[in-house]
Amino acid sequence: MLLAAIAIGVVIVALLWDLVLPSVKEAVERYKARRAIIPGSSYDPGRERRAEQRARQLLRSCVNDEEWAMYRDLGFIRVWGGLSRAPRRGRISEDPRAGAPYAYLVYPHKPIVAYLPQTGELLNEYCVEFPDETRPYGSSRLPDSDDVLAKWMALTGDERRLLSMANMHLPGRQVDPKRVRRDLWHLSQWERERLRRGRRSQGEVGAA
Amino acid sequence: MKPGHGEVLIAEGDVEVAEEEELLIREFRHQLDQGMWAAVPERTNVGRREARMIKAFEDIPRDADRVIFFPRAAGGV
Repeated sequence: MLLAAIAIGVVIVALLWDLVLPSVKEAVERYKARRAIIPGSSYDPGRERRAEQRARQLLRSCVNDEEWAMYRDLGFIRVWGGLSRAPRRGRISEDPRAGAPYAYLVYPHKPIVAYLPQTGELLNEYCVEFPDETRPYGSSRLPDSDDVLAKWMALTGDERRLLSMANMHLPGRQVDPKRVRRDLWHLSQWERERLRRGRRSQGEVGAA
Repeated sequence: MKPGHGEVLIAEGDVEVAEEEELLIREFRHQLDQGMWAAVPERTNVGRREARMIKAFEDIPRDADRVIFFPRAAGGV
């Protein structure tokens, strides 16, 4: 009787084994997978933010107070052009814009937009990048503020060289002219307000 | 400037100390060989801020407190 019970038990276990084994194996694999050390990628989500913070500090230490405040408040910097030449005395230039002061709007990771401050006329877009040829960093781009600083340095340091390397296009190819005009309007408002504040603080100092 | 990293200190030293100057020259040339541009931010006589592009170590003003290297410009799309 006992022998028969044991035999029946063995048969039942053998039958169940086939049913249970796959799920037991799966559970063990899952457990192992949960415990396994996955080689981590070196991506650090805070790295780019820290890089941008450092870039902002660097930009601030290089440009003047007005340019820094402009970038902080408006998100771009205006750089005056240095290549305009006045028409020669006694000659009338065919282009009425000859000799007129011009300027650039420098946006992060967008083309540099040249314009005439007196009329607000947009002249050109200069598409320029600063790709890193060195490895292993060559895959990503400069932080926003570094991109602005690189353009600022290249424009103020050697404007002609930068323009010769840039791809020139008519306005509106990448930067929406409406947006640029809006930015120019914001810039004029911003300058007016800054001037007003400056006068007010001078008046306060004078009164004291 | 390094893409993805921002500002990275490459080397520092005093140009009045011969060994340190040598190190600075070596690093300067190495950066230019890698295709970087170099610039020194400075203030003009009229108080304007601008950058001076540097092509040779000798062009760096002796009193410059830093030289910034950044990737060479290229035409974008």
